[in-house]
Amino acid sequence: MKLAGFLLLLAGWVIVLSAVALLASARQQAGFVLAGLGVEAVGLVLAVRSHLAFAGEQE
Amino acid sequence: MTSVPIPALSEAGRALCILFILLVPLTGAGLALINTGLGRSRSAAHSMLVSLCVVAVAGLVYFACGFAWQGYIERPAHVLTIAGKGWNWIAKEPFFFRGLRLDGSPDSLAAWLQMLSVGLAALIPLGSGADRWRLPAICASTALLAGCTYPLFAHWVWGGGWLAQLSACGLGRGFVDAGGSGSIHAVGGLTALSIAWILGPRHGKYSPEGVPAAIPGHNAVLVLIGCALTVVGWLGLNCAGAVLFTGLAPAGVVLVGVNTTISAAVAALAAVMITRMRFGKPDASLVANGWVGGLVASSAACASVTPAAALVIGLVAGVLVPLSVELFEVRLAVDDPAGAVSVHAIGGIWGVLAVGLFARFPQPVAGQWIAQVAGIATLLGFVLPLTYGLNWLLNRLLPQRVPLEGERLGMDVYELGATAYPEFVTHTEDFMPR
Repeated sequence: MKLAGFLLLLAGWVIVLSAVALLASARQQAGFVLAGLGVEAVGLVLAVRSHLAFAGEQE
Repeated sequence: MTSVPIPALSEAGRALCILFILLVPLTGAGLALINTGLGRSRSAAHSMLVSLCVVAVAGLVYFACGFAWQGYIERPAHVLTIAGKGWNWIAKEPFFFRGLRLDGSPDSLAAWLQMLSVGLAALIPLGSGADRWRLPAICASTALLAGCTYPLFAHWVWGGGWLAQLSACGLGRGFVDAGGSGSIHAVGGLTALSIAWILGPRHGKYSPEGVPAAIPGHNAVLVLIGCALTVVGWLGLNCAGAVLFTGLAPAGVVLVGVNTTISAAVAALAAVMITRMRFGKPDASLVANGWVGGLVASSAACASVTPAAALVIGLVAGVLVPLSVELFEVRLAVDDPAGAVSVHAIGGIWGVLAVGLFARFPQPVAGQWIAQVAGIATLLGFVLPLTYGLNWLLNRLLPQRVPLEGERLGMDVYELGATAYPEFVTHTEDFMPR
């Protein structure tokens, strides 16, 4: 699950990168940058949850 | 894409810059004292020694190869062309500072400042790995940070890289981070999170039900002296960064100093209020975290906001940091003895975002917030996976955590063979069955 989380983080970053590189309109850029950040948020939640599960197993 | 202009420095400006850079090591001394005071007494000497080692390794690795990847504005770089625009990805400098004239020019001053700044970034993870992180692994992890993660992101922000060039896409002035909220502190804070995840919590920190035990820092006086030292160093760091990386005229450093001081002061008082409301009395360690959090948050926007905005930035940091420390410890099972993740990662990301909300150049610029959010997305989406991946690989080759025996004895005895306070301090046995 942690791997999936980090892959989502990377995917979100690629969306942001693509938005600023390829889009011209400020509104489109803002929308896609926020969408990329949203994907990163999901990835972060997955990474945190996998750490919680790991910490529980350790105890 | 157009490049960020190199700052023009008069003789007086150079002399001022040199003075500011000379103050920066005080920030490192302060952070080392804070990390030591918030750790256990049985690891105090180890904590101070590894701080020295970390600064030494970081400086040397940066000298050997870090600057070669980071570079500076208008110096050789690899450029990738996408959609007809040139994207500056990484510097193309020779190793060991060859090709850099150490003569007081802006690029030589920036290289010197960065040798010290990378040490600050490397000190941050020591706070989250306290009491259980082995010295050889610390040095190896620092080498990865100083030779790879830090220079790469710093090039994008301060070396004329693609984040700084976002102004050419109509995104304000491009990504702005004058004093290093993102480049130094968020990078260090996200590395601290990776280290805390990889090492796991200290033995006895969490019960089988996941309830955290309080393991208070052993010396609040060290922590508060550390706070007093950090503010002096931070003034130098923010002023030097603002001049060298945003082209601020030397007269503008008065605004930088005022903003930095206001932000730290308000953040500390906000932390006093928050901890008093939550626990009945102010908590010294959390107030110290709030103070440093205010300094961290002030860095990015120090040269581009009004004092009133700096007040708001400090206020939010002072509220955010103590609550975040509690969230990471209680809800997210991240054992971070010094609160490094909250102070540097959360505080740093807030500081970066604050530029997008409050910056004036001298008027608000359209699209600035998008550039700042793109920078935050890069920190979370690129720097965090990179630093976690590098430290995870390192952990496979060179286990980073001490065995249980090391934790029981304390890092001082286990790794150094002598304690910091041989005659004065006794400690309780945390390893007895509960």
